[in-house]
Amino acid sequence: MVKLKSNIATSENGFIFNPSTGDSYTSNPIAAEIIALLKNGYTADEIKIQLLEKYEVERKQLERDWDDYILQLREANLLAL
Amino acid sequence: MKQPYERPIIKKMHTGLMDKFGRQNSKEPVSDIEGVTIEQLVENYGSPLFVISEKQIRRNYQSALRAFNTRYPKVQFAWSYKTNYLNSVCQIFHQEGSWAEVVSGFEYQKAINNGVVGHQIIFNGPDKKEEELTLAIKNQSLIHIDHFNELDQLIQLCQLLKQKAKIAIRVNMDTGTYPIWDRFGFNLENEQAWTAIKKIKENQLLELQGLHCHIGTFLLSTQPHEIAARKLSELALRCKAELQLSIKYLDLGGGFPSKNNLKGTYTGIDSIPTIDEFATSITEAILNAGFPTEELPLLILESGRALIDDAGYLIGSVIANKRLSDGRSATILNFGVNLLFTSNWYDHHISTTKAYSEYTEATTLFGPLCMNIDVIRQHIELPLLNKGDHIVVHKVGAYNMTQWMQFIQMRPAVVLIDQKSKVHLIRKPETLAYLDSHEQIPTHLNP
Repeated sequence: MVKLKSNIATSENGFIFNPSTGDSYTSNPIAAEIIALLKNGYTADEIKIQLLEKYEVERKQLERDWDDYILQLREANLLAL
Repeated sequence: MKQPYERPIIKKMHTGLMDKFGRQNSKEPVSDIEGVTIEQLVENYGSPLFVISEKQIRRNYQSALRAFNTRYPKVQFAWSYKTNYLNSVCQIFHQEGSWAEVVSGFEYQKAINNGVVGHQIIFNGPDKKEEELTLAIKNQSLIHIDHFNELDQLIQLCQLLKQKAKIAIRVNMDTGTYPIWDRFGFNLENEQAWTAIKKIKENQLLELQGLHCHIGTFLLSTQPHEIAARKLSELALRCKAELQLSIKYLDLGGGFPSKNNLKGTYTGIDSIPTIDEFATSITEAILNAGFPTEELPLLILESGRALIDDAGYLIGSVIANKRLSDGRSATILNFGVNLLFTSNWYDHHISTTKAYSEYTEATTLFGPLCMNIDVIRQHIELPLLNKGDHIVVHKVGAYNMTQWMQFIQMRPAVVLIDQKSKVHLIRKPETLAYLDSHEQIPTHLNP
């Protein structure tokens, strides 16, 4: 289950602030979209279905990029354990 | 209608500090080279692919020549074969009027095969074999002597052949650079050069035509060249005054930088002197040295890198993207240090070949070799590339097509785009058959 830490502040345009480390991040539009969906409690599978419907991307590539994105969020200490 | 996709990324924000990973790479895509699209080049010749612009070589040559011959009456360029000895490249320089400057027997033979007449070949380097020297003597080439062993060998050969040799000596000197390049030639300050000159003067079969120096490489100031030109001029005048030897030419070598970014420069942009500034320093030093006008020596230049680097491109493609253990992004390309030797020295400028969004990521660029050292750029800001996307590496014309390695991967094709944007294959991609053609298997090991 992918879940953002509860104290992470985000904005619609993809700005992310982690108050426990003081670090902030910017996102590209699709990353911002995923953050918003995660914040609203959608599961990984639900988000992937939405993205596949909306964007011109094959499932294989999306899966690869999804894993990479989760790694980025984990590395940035933004995910709840 | 679905929307265009881009892989999701987040990027940590740094405030107050310059990004220590270097400036952002230019986002402007480069979709063609001299009017030929990258897509077309890759489709016809594959990827990776070296591309050389004939127009740019000629432009560089003509502007360098102009820089010198508008300041000095007698100027001659000699193309430095080791910088790029693809025959088509050499021929462009020879068509422009360049002599050949070679540093080995096979380079010498290449120059002959390229139609350069013997007396317009400068034979440099510390390793000239007997048969090569014999040929150079017979062809009346300009033999630049590197050490006393070679001088003795040349004397012996001339006696044996009963023929005179046209020679120069390579001189090394203190020009304020560190370290001093003293491994080639005879030292000026400790009088080794003078001892060599006196020995030559005593021998009837050796004709000392010139004095040569090459004081360093990628020099970022004109002062060392100015000092070298002054000291070489003083030595020539001493030859005249004390030994009645008239020096016909001064060969200042090369060493002018290209516009590549040397590694370790913080902003990624080096401020380098122009060829005009080098020309001013060198020619003023010679003109002010005290030669009578009618006895001004011919000025020879062996510039390589500065004349060809920006005429060469390397097109490559993305094999894969991955994330490293510390979260950094990495991209694997289909070329590495096997083809881009100069990535050891430079942070090469790299362009994408199509438009991407404004989002970029700090990335490490790896080559395809199964070796840890295969890194093209440690840190570069690039758009979000995908597998199969092409990129262009700029300013790769010097040294890469001579120092490339056949290691794990074969060497790719090289094409030349002529002045009318016509593409010519000037070196075929290597094949396993080519590689195996020089191997022999003992009978008992035959499969």
